[in-house]
Amino acid sequence: MAEQTFELIVIGAGPGGYVAAIRAAQLGLNVALVEKRASLGGVCLNEGCIPSKALLESSEHFFRARHEFAEHGIEVGEAQLNLGQMMERKQAIIKKLTGGIAGLMKKNKISTFQGEAELQAADRVRIKSDSGETELQGKSILLATGSEAIELPHLPFDGEKIINARDALSLSEVPKRLLVVGGGVIGLEMGSVWSRLGAEVTVVEMLPQILPQSDPQLAQMLQRSLKKQGLAILLETRLESIEQIDEGIQAKLSNEKGEQQLVCDKILVATGRRAQSKGLGLENVGLKTNKQGQLEVDEDFQTEVAGIYAIGDLVPGPMLAHKASDEGVVFAERLVGQKPSINYQHIPAVTYTWPEVASVGRSEAGLKADQIPYQAGKFYFAASGRALCNGTSDGFIKVLASPEGGRILGVHIVGPHASELIAEATTVISFGGSVQDLAVTSHAHPTLAEALKEAALAAAGEAIHG
Amino acid sequence: MDIIVPQVGESIVEAEIGQWFKQDGEQVEKDELLLELETEKINVELNADASGKLSILVQEGETVKIGALIGRIDESAAGAEPAEKTEPAVEETVEEKAEGKQGRPETKQAAVTAEPSEPASDQEQPPMNPAVAKLAAERNIDLSTIKGSGRGGRILVDDLPEAGKQPEPAGKAEPETPQPTESSASETGKKDLQDERVERVPMTQIRKKIASRLLKARQETAMLTTFNEIDMSRVISLRNSHKAAFEKKHGVPLGFMSFFVKACAEALKEFAAVNAQIDGDDILYHHYYDIGVAVGSKRGLVVPVIRDADRLHFDDIEKTIRDFAARADSGKLSLDDLTGGTFTISNGGIYGSVLSTPLLNPPQSAILGMHAIQDRAVVVDGEIAIRPMMNIALSYDHRIIDGKEAVSFLKQIKTYIEDPEQMLLEM
Ligand SMILES: Cc1cc2nc3c(=O)[nH]c(=O)nc-3n(C[C@H](O)[C@H](O)[C@H](O)COP(=O)(O)OP(=O)(O)OC[C@H]3O[C@@H](n4cnc5c(N)ncnc54)[C@H](O)[C@@H]3O)c2cc1C
Repeated sequence: MAEQTFELIVIGAGPGGYVAAIRAAQLGLNVALVEKRASLGGVCLNEGCIPSKALLESSEHFFRARHEFAEHGIEVGEAQLNLGQMMERKQAIIKKLTGGIAGLMKKNKISTFQGEAELQAADRVRIKSDSGETELQGKSILLATGSEAIELPHLPFDGEKIINARDALSLSEVPKRLLVVGGGVIGLEMGSVWSRLGAEVTVVEMLPQILPQSDPQLAQMLQRSLKKQGLAILLETRLESIEQIDEGIQAKLSNEKGEQQLVCDKILVATGRRAQSKGLGLENVGLKTNKQGQLEVDEDFQTEVAGIYAIGDLVPGPMLAHKASDEGVVFAERLVGQKPSINYQHIPAVTYTWPEVASVGRSEAGLKADQIPYQAGKFYFAASGRALCNGTSDGFIKVLASPEGGRILGVHIVGPHASELIAEATTVISFGGSVQDLAVTSHAHPTLAEALKEAALAAAGEAIHG
Repeated sequence: MDIIVPQVGESIVEAEIGQWFKQDGEQVEKDELLLELETEKINVELNADASGKLSILVQEGETVKIGALIGRIDESAAGAEPAEKTEPAVEETVEEKAEGKQGRPETKQAAVTAEPSEPASDQEQPPMNPAVAKLAAERNIDLSTIKGSGRGGRILVDDLPEAGKQPEPAGKAEPETPQPTESSASETGKKDLQDERVERVPMTQIRKKIASRLLKARQETAMLTTFNEIDMSRVISLRNSHKAAFEKKHGVPLGFMSFFVKACAEALKEFAAVNAQIDGDDILYHHYYDIGVAVGSKRGLVVPVIRDADRLHFDDIEKTIRDFAARADSGKLSLDDLTGGTFTISNGGIYGSVLSTPLLNPPQSAILGMHAIQDRAVVVDGEIAIRPMMNIALSYDHRIIDGKEAVSFLKQIKTYIEDPEQMLLEM
């Protein structure tokens, strides 16, 4: 068995692992990257962030062509869907991006291994692949094996009728009636895609609010918008059981008021994701996961076993691609003695529905719970010239600032291009910026970004257009 | 009254603020527990030196240098009305805002704002550019000493003092855009790409400090070392025959260290200069015998001090050492435990050393080095015999200890260990 030695072995080539590998290589380490999939990029590129955003964009165009072009004075007749082309386009994007990562590995002289990695010891990894087994020796080992969709015990995935997000990204036809279990980010994004493409979509959520992690005002605003677009959303409702009948799948739903039957053709289960470490050989090195199946790490991302590190969806914190990448960079830099750190309060979170929802910093609920005084300022896109021109005026921006120094504590956006607007808010917050900092910063007119400045001014009671 | 990070012990140059037990703006009483500092080796608790109103300048989790200013106690506020950052006021403010209106702060809240203390509503650090935190940590800069030139006193990257030998180009951290391997690697100075067989790594701050201390000990003293060897057979047999009984009676095992501590304490009484130190143009003779002993712990080697070692019994010494070791593991050694020794025993034998010259621990004037015990062929009464032998070394500051004294001191240790009865009977 051939044995090669590296200064760092990274297991898992998602946005956590591959970024860590590049940064470590830039810093002069001799790095190996092990991935069991045929292509690099992890969940994010292959079956997560990227394909979902490709379909969201395509389906949005379709929706607009059908429902909004006429208002702009554009007559295109009945827009026709070519789902095969839409999927091919998505596939081409994945191919381009995952291929790009392979190129980056070469450029940074990172040795990539395809196969399933299993820890043998704190410095040894065995890789099993179709072509045989090989062992690598590593001074440090980084685990970045990510997460997988949680299966409901009474609804095992079959890839056909009971599907997960991965399946929902590659359906070959538009389901007539799609039931989505779980009103979180993934459920709402995938539900939106298929609703726009013509499916009758019902979302059931056990909790009293969609996007349970978000500001309730944002969630309510989004819920109203989604309803207008044709999605049915049932809160505080759970899926009890299913039964196969002639017309499709009969789902029994229950809530406080009682039970209800709903017939559908497919059920997308999007109730959450769980850290993934099966087969990784944690037991061989004496590593244990916590109750959530995650590995606990210290500020260097080192696990309880010296020399073994972990990042991304495998460790606690929000399951986000940029969080995984940020951790990858900080891990690599700390490994060589630099001293960066991550402020988890400053990591933005985005839902790419229509309108989009984006947040960074503290929530109102969190500030209240910690008894931190704050002032809230709001600005509605309905008062934004640019939003009106665009015909996208749903939503608002809420800025939370300290009443004394005006320091911005949190920014919450529901509205057009919230995913892009949140970047300025994130920058301001991570610079410790204040309402006044935004007030003296020129914002081009007319832009959606002006709305952030207006919301900040509102927090100080000085809104010009509010 | 300034709150300063105290000298915590040899070779420790920085500490982390573990926990503030008091809030910013809170009224504190003299001697009340203020905070816990964590260092590499021990955790230290700091109490208030005065009564007054506390302002916290450095937050929990920050790393600070020894001597850094981390807070203040405003004594003029002593006994004054306690600062009203109380919950009700805050709550009311929150509720007003929560009602959704963007109204300006009202009177109640103005009262809070009018408080002379700094706004601490969001318990974060003062605003600074994000790269500043990283650079400051790497260059070991205490940010409370930096005057920011940005808006509202914000610290900008340009406000930081240049890094000496750790080139870390400001603002170059753009991890997302892959940079050419060569330039970034040489920028960080982590690796010499010209020669793959050499690795260049900057010294850590602690290593640098240790290096300069060690160099100083060599340069500023007239250090010499004298050697001897000890036949350990008597102590070993004494220990073996009393081991079980000793442990049963005292609840601690009997080790060799207590013999050496005892021997040193007795010998120090006879050779006063070895227990003395130079202070300017004077010599301070200590009439007490506080002996530092090296204790290996999970956090590294520490040298806590056994006080009045001459007055302690064997079991006291063993218990003290055990207690030190346990507290060293859990980081519970206090500052007092580590400072003020008059003499030190180091034991290179822990690591298997057979012969080495221990380095002085200024301002102390001498240090005894113990080593590993080895069976060696020696001549006893004209015959070759196998005996368990230990080399011992005494490094001393020749400025106040004469060669004769040093050699005699070491010979005395040898005599005491080879013939423990003599020591025990104090002959
Ligand atoms: C539908 C969907 C949409 C999403 N959209 C977004 C979004 O818009 N924005 C966002 O920030 N996040 C999004 N996410 C979440 C994001 O994909 C994850 O947070 C991110 O991929 C986590 O990165 P990671 O590097 O920790 O792990 P992963 O991306 O999960 O990568 C782990 C890799 O490790 C490999 N692996 C596992 N075990 C082994 C082994 N033993 N040996 C070798 N290889 C192994 C896996 O094959 C996988 O490729 C989405 C997720 C889904 C499912």
